[in-house]
Formats: sequence, C-alpha cells, structure tokens
Amino acid sequence: MIVQTLAFYLFAGLTVASAFMVIAARNPVHSVLFLILAFVNAAGLFVLLGAEFLAMMLVVVYVGAVAVLFLFVVMMLDINFAELRQGVLQYLPIGGLVGLILLVELVFVVGVWVAAPGTTPVAPVPLEGGISNTEALGRLLFTKYVYFFQAAGMILLVAMIGAIVLTLRSREGVRRQSISEQNARQRRDTLEIRKVQSGTGG
Amino acid sequence: MTPVPFPDLLPALPEILLAVGGMALLMFGVFTGDRSSRPIAWLAVLLMLVAGALVAFGGGAERVTFFGAFVSDAFSSFAKMLILLGSIIAVLLGADQNERDGQARFEYPVLIVFATLGMMMMVSASDLIALYLGLELQSLALYVLAAFRRETVRSTEAGLKYFVLGALSSCMLLYGASLLYGFAGTTDFAGLATTLGTGEPAIGVVFGIVFLAAGLAFKVSAVPFHMWTPDVYEGAPTPVTAFFAIAPKVAAVALLLRVMMEPLGGLVDQWRQIIIFISIGSMVLGAFAAINQTNIKRLMAYSSIGHVGYAMVGLAAGTAAGVRGVLIYMAIYLFMTAGTFAIILCMRQKDRMVEGIADLAGLSRTRPMLALALAIFMFSMAGIPPLSGFFGKLYVFLAAIEAARDYPALYTLAIVGVLSSVVGAFYYLRIVKIMYFDEPAEGFDRSVAGEVKAIIGVSAVVTMFFFLFPAPLLSAAATAAAALVKG
Repeated sequence: MIVQTLAFYLFAGLTVASAFMVIAARNPVHSVLFLILAFVNAAGLFVLLGAEFLAMMLVVVYVGAVAVLFLFVVMMLDINFAELRQGVLQYLPIGGLVGLILLVELVFVVGVWVAAPGTTPVAPVPLEGGISNTEALGRLLFTKYVYFFQAAGMILLVAMIGAIVLTLRSREGVRRQSISEQNARQRRDTLEIRKVQSGTGG
Repeated sequence: MTPVPFPDLLPALPEILLAVGGMALLMFGVFTGDRSSRPIAWLAVLLMLVAGALVAFGGGAERVTFFGAFVSDAFSSFAKMLILLGSIIAVLLGADQNERDGQARFEYPVLIVFATLGMMMMVSASDLIALYLGLELQSLALYVLAAFRRETVRSTEAGLKYFVLGALSSCMLLYGASLLYGFAGTTDFAGLATTLGTGEPAIGVVFGIVFLAAGLAFKVSAVPFHMWTPDVYEGAPTPVTAFFAIAPKVAAVALLLRVMMEPLGGLVDQWRQIIIFISIGSMVLGAFAAINQTNIKRLMAYSSIGHVGYAMVGLAAGTAAGVRGVLIYMAIYLFMTAGTFAIILCMRQKDRMVEGIADLAGLSRTRPMLALALAIFMFSMAGIPPLSGFFGKLYVFLAAIEAARDYPALYTLAIVGVLSSVVGAFYYLRIVKIMYFDEPAEGFDRSVAGEVKAIIGVSAVVTMFFFLFPAPLLSAAATAAAALVKG
C-alpha cells in the first residue's frame, strides 16, 4: 500500500511540475518535451487506477502522435516565442483573475457532485471473471461492435487517400533515391580505365 | 463472458463487396499509376453494377445484422439502387471530363466508390453510431472530391468551405445524437422507438431531435442550412457537382426519412413543425434566389435546394403515402438532374468549360437535339405535365393534402409549394426561351463522349415517357415506404 501511495505522489508531483514547466520553459522544444513527460506521468496515474488500457492509449496517442506532431510544428515553423512572451506581466492580473474564477467554479462543481441515489454501475469494478479491461474492450470491439470498428477503419482509409490526393504532387527536378538503380550499378558503368603512356601526361 | 455468435454477413454483402472492391481498385491504381484511370473507372462501374445486382437479389425482406446496427429492407434496397445509379453516372461523367481537363487521376472513381459505400451504410443504418459513421465516410470522400482540382482556387475553396461547414453540421448531429442517447439510454433505432415512445417527450429529447434534424438538413442542403450549396456546386469540378446533386442528396433524404419515421416515428408532432419550416424555406428560397443567377451551376444549386423543399413536403405528411411520394420524387429528380448535368458537361467552347446561362443562347439552331433534351429537363423540373417532374410533385402534394385532415398546417404547406413552383417555373422556362428564341451565340464543341450522350438520351427518354410506364417505380416506392412505416 505504501508503495502505491509513494508512486502516486511521485507521478502526481511530476505531472504537476512538468505541466508547470510546459508553460514556464523558455525554449519551446523544452516545453514539448515537458509535455511528453507530463503525459507519461499521467499514464502512470492511470496504471495506478487500474485503467491500463487508457494508460497505453495515452502513451500511444498523445506521446506517440500528438506530442511528436507538436514537436514537428515547433521545429518547422519559425515562431518568435520571445516576441509572443512580451507583455506577460501586463496581462498577468486579468489572466490570473480568469484562472481563479475557473478554479472556484471547478471546486463548486466537483464539490457538490454526487451520483443520483440508487444508481448502480453497469459493470462491476474489477470485471467479473478476472479479465483485464483491455481484454474486455477488445472482446466488445471485435464482436459486438465489429461493424463500427470496420467502418471507422474505412473512414481512416479515406482520410489517408484524401490527404495524398490533395497534397502529393510529383515535382520536376527533384533528385530521388532509386535503390534498385543504385544496386544495379556496375563498376564498368562509372569507371573507365585508360592506359596512359608514361611521360605523355594524360 | 459468453461467446458472441458470428454476425450474418449476407445482408451487408453489397457493402462488403464495395469495400473490398474499392480497396482492390485502390491497390491496382497505386501500382499502375494514373494512366490506368480509364480502366479503373470502368471497373468501378462494373463493381457498382454487381453491387446493384446483389441489392436486387437481396430482395425486400427485412434482415437485421451486426447486432442491430445494420438493416437491409425494401426501403434501404430502393435507396441503394438510386444511390448506385447516381454514382455510376458520376463515374461515367467524370472519367471523360477529367481526361479532357488533364485531371485523369485514378483516385476519382475510387473515392466515389468509398463515398457510395458510406451512403449505402447510411441508408442501412439502424443505430445512431452506424448512422454517424456512414455519414462521415461519405462526407469525407466528398470533401476530397470537391477539392479535386487542387490547382484551381475555386475548387480548393469549395472543398474547404464544404469541409468546415460539414464538420460543423457533424458536430450538431453528434450533439443531437448524444442527447437522444442520454435520454433513451440506447443508440439502437428500435430501442429508441420504444423508449421514446409517443406522447409528450422530455425537453432534452426535443433538443436532440432539433439538433439531429439540423445536422441532417445540412446534408440535404435545406434552408436554413443551405449556404454552402451554391458555392460548393459552382466551385467543384462539374462531374463532382453532378455527383453531389444526385447520390448524396438521395442518400441524405433517405437517411432523414428513416431517422424521422423509425426511431422518432412516435414523436411526429415534435418534428413535423421543423420539417414544415425547412420545407417552406427551401421551396421559397429555391424559387426566388435562382431568378437572378447567371451561372448555370449556381442555378442548379438553388434548383436542388428547391427540390429538397418539395421532397420534404412528403415527409411532413408523416404517412406511408408521404414517404412513397418522397421516394418517387427522388427517383425522378435523379434522372432530371443527371441529364441536366450531362448537358452542362457538353458546354465547352474551344476546349474550355463555359458555365454562363447566356452561353446557351440559340442552342436550338446550333445543337437541336441537345436543346430539345435540356428543354425536356427544364419543363420537367418546372413540373409541367405530362413530364415526370409533374408526377413527382403530384404525389408529395397529394400525400400532404390527405394528411392535412389531421394536421391543417399542411394545407398551407401545399399551397406555398404550388405557388413557389409557379415562381420556379420562371427561371426554368427562361432557359428554354434563351435556347429557342435568342440569337445564337458561339456554338459548343461537337466532340461529346459516348457515355455522356447515352446518359443524356436515357434521362431524356425516362423523363419524357415516365407517364406511360409509371407502375414499376410506383409499386417499388410503395413497398419501400411500407417497409419503413409499419402498421
């Protein structure tokens, strides 16, 4: 039990700290890296809750795709972050006020929230029969919801085709690598051996 | 956990064929490149013909599969036949046109096949999730098709506009669906029908219906969610516009019919006012806004808004006769629109597309057959007997008048409909006048592909002589309507 508590405080503390660093870091690349750290720690919190599927999804989707996308954008777009940061102190009071109001609202909402009396959860936690929730989700997804699963797959396929149709263009004058051509190259295609009489100087 | 039985795949056989066939065509295209766009177009046509045969073979018996998410009945079969017909026409129109524009790319037929798959999933949806997934599959393919000529500003603008507004409408639809799910506790249409029942629903359910109807009204381009239509129709490449005007519209109308009649069938008093409102709005706007148009594609956009308004008159009736009227209307609309767009594709001068209505001047002298065909379509759209368009309007108005005994507001609806069709006749007849009585302008190029000629010819014959053999369509529509409105 004590290990779990310690792990919780470790993950939670790191999540909050790295989330703070996301907005505090001077270098935007560091911000994105701290964001990844926050995601990974949040995944750890999910594992502690027994939601290992959500933890995996968080790592795969947010760390693997979204954060890397951010990183690409930050690196490819030449945004002057120093300029964006100007005037932070000027807007700090109003920004802080908005944040405070939101915080108070959140406290009120969560504070008075109770489940309606008499409601019972649809599925017991943990699930019956000792199966993990990944397995339970997989069983549902590939049996009862197989139609939706396949339909979603078709939608993603069309999205991929669309992205290629709208953006891929074959440009002239681009040197492309042709591996088969490279492999098929023989020495005689490129090297010519000439006998040079000594003393004539080529 | 008890083992789950393997779902029966037979009812979804046409969809499975289209999905697998579409992917096979995609692979074929990827490995052979754009030079095979012609054969792929023909293979796509063949694929959809086979799918149509499977739909016809499947018959009208109601079969539910995928644990209640997918239903195949007479209604969905009827709609699927129309959708497949529209898609085949779009592939045929596009194959030739894209080649002339130097846009022969194999993705065009492939995307149409996937859009068709989405539409067939829509009309077979028997669950809110299935509805949304089908709708999104077709929409995504359509967004790409609208921006297909990516080097022209107009086409990319059309694609972007359609995408942004389409995403917004999907949000509204999802919000409505989530409200309905929240209040009924199920996404299954049959379950929704029993849980929501009849009588006075909770206010949240009414909100859900409104948002769901708004999302679907966007897809059928009904007023007040029509704003995207003229711009997208004008900007998209003409074969794509033809496709937009035919197949997705039929599919969206069929989906609207199913959603309103099946899960929300008991709440007809709740949604009827919405449908009456969008119907009147669409008819009036379609009639008045089209008067000043100079571009024929924009004119067709307003015309299609108006036609949706007339079709909605049948839905507002809320009876089997009304649903039958809508189905007949959509079938007739399909032929008129396909023929008109095939003629618009013939409007080329010196290998360049022209789209002005003034360019049609004196067409009767330069191209008498083309002018005759367009005159037939225009008279039919105006609803002049004995052309098919008249019968389309006749059946929806008859259904509305019959139902008006229980709900007198439908009288107003029918009267507004008749009046706006008189106004609408003005701009249809203006085209006929320009073709037959104005001094000839520069003629159009004579090189017209065989497929396009065939589509014009067949559509003109169907539109002209529908009144001689109306029985097959009428009985098929009646069977389909009976499958949707039980009891």
